[in-house]
Amino acid sequence: MMNKTRIIRVSAIAAATALTIGGLAACSPAESNDGDVTITWWHNATADPQKALWEEVAAEFEDDHPGVSVEVTGYQNEDLQRTLIPNALASGDAPDIFMVWPGGEVRSQAEAGHLKDLTSVLSDTIAELGATVNPWQVDGKQYALPYTFGIEGFWYNTELFSEAGISTPPTTLPELEDAVSKLKAAGTAPIAVGAADLWPAAHWWYQFALAACSTDTLKSAIPALDFSDPCWVEAGELLKDFVDTEPFQDGFLATTGQQGADSSAGLVANGNAAMELMGHWNAGQIGSLTPDQTVPEFLGWFPFVSVPGTAGDPTITMGGGDGFGVYKDAPDEAVELLKYIMSEDVQKRFAATGAGIPTHPGAIDSVTDPNLKLIAEGLAESSYVQLWLDSDLGPTFGTPLNQAIVNLMAGQGTPEDIVKTLEDTAAAL
Amino acid sequence: MSAITQEGPAVIAGPSPAPRRPAKRDSRKWLEIGLLAGPALIVFVGFVILPVVLAAVYSFFNWNGLTPLERFIGFDNYVRAFNDPVFTKAIGNNFIIAGASILIQGPLAILVALLLNRRMRGRTLVRAAIFVPYVLAEVIAGLSWKLLLSPRGGVNAALEAVGLGDLTQPWLANPEIALWVMFGILTWKYLGLAILLMLAGLQGVPQELSEAAAIDGAGWWQTQWNITVPLLGPTIRIWAFLSIIGSLQLFDMVWVTTKGGPIGATNTMAVYMIQYGQGQPGFGSAVAVILFFISLVIALFYQRYAMRRDLGSNAGRDE
Repeated sequence: MMNKTRIIRVSAIAAATALTIGGLAACSPAESNDGDVTITWWHNATADPQKALWEEVAAEFEDDHPGVSVEVTGYQNEDLQRTLIPNALASGDAPDIFMVWPGGEVRSQAEAGHLKDLTSVLSDTIAELGATVNPWQVDGKQYALPYTFGIEGFWYNTELFSEAGISTPPTTLPELEDAVSKLKAAGTAPIAVGAADLWPAAHWWYQFALAACSTDTLKSAIPALDFSDPCWVEAGELLKDFVDTEPFQDGFLATTGQQGADSSAGLVANGNAAMELMGHWNAGQIGSLTPDQTVPEFLGWFPFVSVPGTAGDPTITMGGGDGFGVYKDAPDEAVELLKYIMSEDVQKRFAATGAGIPTHPGAIDSVTDPNLKLIAEGLAESSYVQLWLDSDLGPTFGTPLNQAIVNLMAGQGTPEDIVKTLEDTAAAL
Repeated sequence: MSAITQEGPAVIAGPSPAPRRPAKRDSRKWLEIGLLAGPALIVFVGFVILPVVLAAVYSFFNWNGLTPLERFIGFDNYVRAFNDPVFTKAIGNNFIIAGASILIQGPLAILVALLLNRRMRGRTLVRAAIFVPYVLAEVIAGLSWKLLLSPRGGVNAALEAVGLGDLTQPWLANPEIALWVMFGILTWKYLGLAILLMLAGLQGVPQELSEAAAIDGAGWWQTQWNITVPLLGPTIRIWAFLSIIGSLQLFDMVWVTTKGGPIGATNTMAVYMIQYGQGQPGFGSAVAVILFFISLVIALFYQRYAMRRDLGSNAGRDE
């Protein structure tokens, strides 16, 4: 006669507490397989015009291929990247075409055998796209193709700059510091940064690492996860010195990057901060946060500044892009669809939406947005493009590395702590 | 005293007077139990017990979620978690929130409930108003507070407007005070539930006792302190239990307002699990198991020592 109440009690507690862990349960989409071919396609465009473009592309492909239907769905980027796709891959019931992020992520998915090797089946397309396909290669094999690629720089308010008496955008770190003090004197928050999301703030350290380290060090240290070169500590010292000039908006530690008028993008969009260091997607982001939902007239762009007296090559830039890969069990039509998505025609239409910079060289001229044109030029002039450091290192590094960097910016950590975090994370892989 | 009530059910259950039943009725009984409890049991085992067990299994592997489970690493994930100052700080924050909830929200809720329990004009309205924050969706409440408390937000603007400009703060961005601001938001959100529970408990306190006390010359405060609050004991204990478990598993309000920042000032175990489990579900599972065990141990101890009288008497009634 085991105590009934105890059983009830224990199971009630188990139920209450286990709910936390229950959150790990996955969900997977159902796939219909009745005769005709159905291709599922997951992307990260949740707003027009890009969402509408992908839907058009899917419809056109259906028209050209009778018997094929394409189910195209756009999901929020982080949900897609961190939850939906990993769960779908783990469950063995994945979409046929889906977003693949470069660097560490494509590497782990390819090593786990989830991605189709596109090297020979799409060799023509790969040849057309050129060097931007490199971050989606693993051991020389192509596992996904980027449809957009761009570099990071400063998005700034040209009106606030001229009001503060800054005639030309800064090109060196001392000039940037000078601009910061002029903007402060004019009563403007100089630089907006969304440190609550960690990564937007961490990009400052990434950029200083590009300045401190030689290109050879970057190319060898990251794949080898060897951070013994003193340039990694120097990056933190450069950042610390810069943070000491108090260039960021009040309360930047609790500011998010992209949501609402109070985010760093929102501050720039509404004239409450003069500039923000951010990727090539930021024009659209800023545009969506203005009262009339359009990209403001005052928005300008300039590349990250060079840092005198460091080993880094000032002509290298940092950037990233979005790509699509094909699931290993996907029908051959999925490869055809990817080929169509990457075609010059679709790439031109993508460029015309202003959502980003296309990867097909023939489509670059279709970019009309003046800021995206500047970025495309900067990309073309780069001697080497380093992929976002967190992407390059892999998903395990993101949070610990970015948190260590934000700690430094909050005055709670040292440049050495950041390198130690990198080494500890690498050791636990 | 409590020992007697504990033994109560055993005495009743011992000499069971049930007559011997034919086997047919027994199998029918089990069929009924199976049909009625089966579906719920399957769901419970499949979606609660199994994930707990799987998380425990994953936690012993170095696993990125994409490959087969191959790299067994024993307790390394647990060692790593407990050696991470970010995680130990998060555990501390959970306990600070739990302690502050009991010490501050509890007395506050009892006081408000006692005041609202008297006959007065507009009582229903006040009761409804106090309960409104609890009904609001967590994300909506969190976003509202985030906007109000931002450096350019409503709270600072209001302070400026009444001449208290010196008190303006980046409320959620100041690591020194962020946890207490978070606690303030949580109190605003959950005090309504506590008051509602206390009010419900007060309905079970017999009116005659206060009347008798009044005849004996006791004042209102004396009556409340010596009669009402002690009789409210079971309600207070069950509320405290819910509050502790809620504090230990705190996630959504923190995620919406600060994501655990600034520099971990408002981090909790569950937020840490999500942020650091990314790309390494093995490690995330280890954190989940730690959170599970902390909650389980506290729940068991609490029920064993604080709530045994309440549960004991309930059990007696059930039998």
